[in-house]
Amino acid sequence: MEGFPILSVIIGLPLVAVLFLLFVKEESIYLIRCVSAVTTFICLLLSLILMFKYDTEAAGFQFIEKIEWVKSMGISYHLGVDGISVLMIVLTSFVIFTGVFVSWVGIKTRIKEHYILMLLLVAGVFGVFAALDMLLFYFFYELAVIPMYPLIGIWGSANREYATMKLTLYLSFGAVFALLGILAIYFTAGAQTGTYTFDMLEMSAVVFDRSFQIKAFIPLIFGFGVLVPLAPFHSWSPIGHAAAPSAVSMLHAGVLMKLGAYGIIRLAMGLLPEGAVYWMPYVAGLCLINIFYGGMVALSRKDLKFMVGYSSSSHMGYVLLGLATLGTVGVNGAVMLMFAHGIMTALAFSLIGFIYDQTHTRMIYDLSGLAKKVPFLAVSFAMMAFASSGLPGFANFVAELMVFIGAFKVYPIHTIIAVFGIIVTATYMLRAVRTVFFCEPLEKWDGLRDAKTFVERMPYVVLVAVLLIVGFYPAIVLDLIDSGVVPLINKINGVPLG
Amino acid sequence: MDVWALLIIPIVTSVVIVFITRKWKNLSSYLSIAAVIACFFIVLPYLIEALGNPHMHGHEQAFTWLKVSGLHIKMGTFIDSLTVVMLCIVTFVGSLIHIYARGYMEGEEGYSRFFACLSFFIFAMLGIVLANNLIMIFIFWELVGLASYLLIGYYYQKPSAADAAKKAFLVNRIGDFGLILGIFVIYYATGSFNFGEIEHQVMAGHVEPWTMGLAALLLFCGAVGKSAQFPLHVWLPDAMEGPTPVSALIHAATMVAAGVYLLARISFLFYMAPPEAGIVVAYVGGLTALMAALMALAQSDIKKIIAYSTLSSLGYMVMSVGLGGTGPGMFYLMTHAFFKALLFLGAGSVIHACHTNSIWEMGKLYPKMKATGVTFILGSLAMMGVFPFAGFWSKDEILSTAFDSGHWLLYGAGTLTAFITGIFITKIVLLAFFGKKRYHGNPHESPPSMTIPLVVLSVFAVFAGLAGFPGLEPNFGSFIPSHGHHGPHHFNFLVAGISTLVVFAGILIGWKLYTGEAEPAHRLKAQYPCLYKVLENKFYFDHFYDGVLVAVIYNGIGKILNFIEVNIFINFLINGFAYNVRVVGRALRGTITGQLQHYALFMVSGVVVLVLIFLQYFV
Repeated sequence: MEGFPILSVIIGLPLVAVLFLLFVKEESIYLIRCVSAVTTFICLLLSLILMFKYDTEAAGFQFIEKIEWVKSMGISYHLGVDGISVLMIVLTSFVIFTGVFVSWVGIKTRIKEHYILMLLLVAGVFGVFAALDMLLFYFFYELAVIPMYPLIGIWGSANREYATMKLTLYLSFGAVFALLGILAIYFTAGAQTGTYTFDMLEMSAVVFDRSFQIKAFIPLIFGFGVLVPLAPFHSWSPIGHAAAPSAVSMLHAGVLMKLGAYGIIRLAMGLLPEGAVYWMPYVAGLCLINIFYGGMVALSRKDLKFMVGYSSSSHMGYVLLGLATLGTVGVNGAVMLMFAHGIMTALAFSLIGFIYDQTHTRMIYDLSGLAKKVPFLAVSFAMMAFASSGLPGFANFVAELMVFIGAFKVYPIHTIIAVFGIIVTATYMLRAVRTVFFCEPLEKWDGLRDAKTFVERMPYVVLVAVLLIVGFYPAIVLDLIDSGVVPLINKINGVPLG
Repeated sequence: MDVWALLIIPIVTSVVIVFITRKWKNLSSYLSIAAVIACFFIVLPYLIEALGNPHMHGHEQAFTWLKVSGLHIKMGTFIDSLTVVMLCIVTFVGSLIHIYARGYMEGEEGYSRFFACLSFFIFAMLGIVLANNLIMIFIFWELVGLASYLLIGYYYQKPSAADAAKKAFLVNRIGDFGLILGIFVIYYATGSFNFGEIEHQVMAGHVEPWTMGLAALLLFCGAVGKSAQFPLHVWLPDAMEGPTPVSALIHAATMVAAGVYLLARISFLFYMAPPEAGIVVAYVGGLTALMAALMALAQSDIKKIIAYSTLSSLGYMVMSVGLGGTGPGMFYLMTHAFFKALLFLGAGSVIHACHTNSIWEMGKLYPKMKATGVTFILGSLAMMGVFPFAGFWSKDEILSTAFDSGHWLLYGAGTLTAFITGIFITKIVLLAFFGKKRYHGNPHESPPSMTIPLVVLSVFAVFAGLAGFPGLEPNFGSFIPSHGHHGPHHFNFLVAGISTLVVFAGILIGWKLYTGEAEPAHRLKAQYPCLYKVLENKFYFDHFYDGVLVAVIYNGIGKILNFIEVNIFINFLINGFAYNVRVVGRALRGTITGQLQHYALFMVSGVVVLVLIFLQYFV
């Protein structure tokens, strides 16, 4: 394995598959699907290998690949991962792998284009998590955002033009702000050291003065905050989820929203520790709006996808609260929650999509007594609902528990409100379970089909299994996360490196 | 090692039933029964050890579950005499109820699902009992909540069952909100989740008293939820939507007692905390006991009446623990588990025969169902606390604790509760088994798989109280480790005499009201319609919660915020902004005319403006 460019392969494989698919005939649906499935499966295997090969004892960035790109400006093709990014890559490959199977069932038109765009998108996401060069990071980010536009615009449901426009505008808008911050860091560091470089590793050795850190933190937290999405810039996200086809909702909520949080960890907190110390208490305040406001709006939404959409923005509030603690326990919890929520929300959207494809309604009160007709989906949905409400046994519980333990020390009042948020989550989730799956079955849903075949069931089984395995044995991901979090927090606390 | 088997056996059974044996109903039920009996036999050696040496050294073992820098959580088990008592109750009563359920659930749809859930429940409940730390207790605390949710919602196609399941889970969540915060407070005060370490820190006086008081009361919130104390008692009566064996096992004998168990586990906190903390707990318990007994008076659903009496009993236990009487509280918990499970299973047997829950549609069942009748009456006598049945001894210990504490209000509430209990229990017995025949069809005695557990339980309902017989060594009171000032329990003839008197008064009044046609009862109801209505509507708690707190406040806030989101944020601010951008764009579009002379005009005007500015500022 020594010298094998595993990160480039993970990023490159979907791109190779895209090239191949371009030459495949539109009609050979089966081939298209299989190529996508095999590609993403290999990505999944590789990312799992990455996870087990990563040396948590040594920590730091590993599997580094570096090629000069634009030497005069200090841009290089520089890849490398620490514990946090490894986990995010694993999350991405789980979501895309199951997403391919969800699309297998759900997408009936323009199949070739759909898979091409999905693979492009996921290559971009892998790239973001592996990039150690800020410009490369930005490049991959845009690569991930652009395919989103046609994916929602073409295969989306109600209100898709509006949704896709809004989503793309917000995502680009946020990214531009983040880019401003990145450029500010680039030029300041360059002026300070004499060598202009976008390399994150070199950059992280530079010590910026406090006032610059505080100023430069603003565009970064704002830009990435829009992606998270931090209230009040969240409204692109629920409607984006709602309009997108299932697999895209999965990627969007499961992975794209995590890009923002990842950006905050890697760039905002990693490069500007004093800015983080200064601003994070305010962010903690905003999180509460996310948690409480998002939860309450989810409570009064009648459309399942909107409900889960607002619930996502509510849950991302817990992630930010964890990050805002700037302590090892809270940040560990936040990163774990990014993972757990990604898997959980992918499960939610895939299930809702499966039902919607048959009923053509997602209105909670139109559906009733489905458990009788579709027991498998009902059980999976209930599992999702309980995972989302933080029931022990699921990864979400462990993550939220750590966020709360970490946050209680720093922000006790915030934590009390945040813990109250899990009651709200349980309320809307159980209300949905009760109304949609319990009670008398309605006659008009007699024809509903349960997930029966391997292809139909596989995504749900895989996602639930991941949540349960990580929930029972959290060490499987926590060793990784911790190895990435400790250096970060040490830097913020001013502990000298090494 | 064998201790872990207590958790592994039931969870594996549950998983096996779900994935493998679901199709074979009988096999599933046998597996589930075998699992819980196996657990009972694993517990037995510990019981024998504990009986030989009540102050047995706690067996503790643990493994690291979660470790990151700054946080290290171990999962582990701890067995002392308190644990042993609970383990025995759960596995022994659990075994009997599993056996009973095989007969009771015959022919129901989802038979295997039922047993899978029961095994899962046993797993979760044993987890609570065995836990050596607060996080583990919280985890299994939530899991029994899940088991309860699944079993209350067993008939999920019934809207009332679906609602009851949801309600139980959510109301418990409110209690858990306090519980988890309490755990955090303890953690930051002592640096540990482990009971032993916390106790060590607390007893050494390293924690400020008010912190302990706060933590104790927050942890008590969890108990308020799970043990259905005022004001979170509303879920338990609704939980009777579940099948009767579930009501007996989960909502009477074991899970609802978990709150009391938790209080007993952390009794050292109350001991060291300011006394007000314990007083709050005791008054909540006393209030629940009295209120629930009153509510039971006006009900006519046999299961609901017993459910209210369960609430009332739980109130007794909580009151006792609050007053420092951990031993009496646990003693009552044990006897209660036997006679309340017996009453529920007896009620189930009656319901099974009559196909109705209403006591007004039963009557004169005794000749038809002798075994059920006799055991039910024995259970009733134990429940009312008639000498020498089990309930007498345990209730007496609680009442003497209240008496000795000098809180006359609590003692009064307890005694009054005993009196009211006498009335409504007599009412059930008379209306269901004697008096006029009001049933339809042809009820007959239940199969042996149901009556045998009844007989076994009734033996315990009669004799279990002797474990607390004064002068017996080891006496139950000294068996449970206690931090209170209570030495060995002294039998108080005054308290025992008064309680016996009021119980007989209650029975007598019940007898007067409900014999034969129950004419006097109807008269009383007609005479005080308002009072009756208040009781029948359970003091309007549910109306207030559903109608005001949930419908108006909770959903109202949601609706207002949703309105803000949709109209102010999205439609006004965001779409408005987008609209204005479009308007400006459209206006600017007018400037792109395609006519060269227009562009030339703009250019020249621009130059002129620039020249003017230049002249103004730079010359």
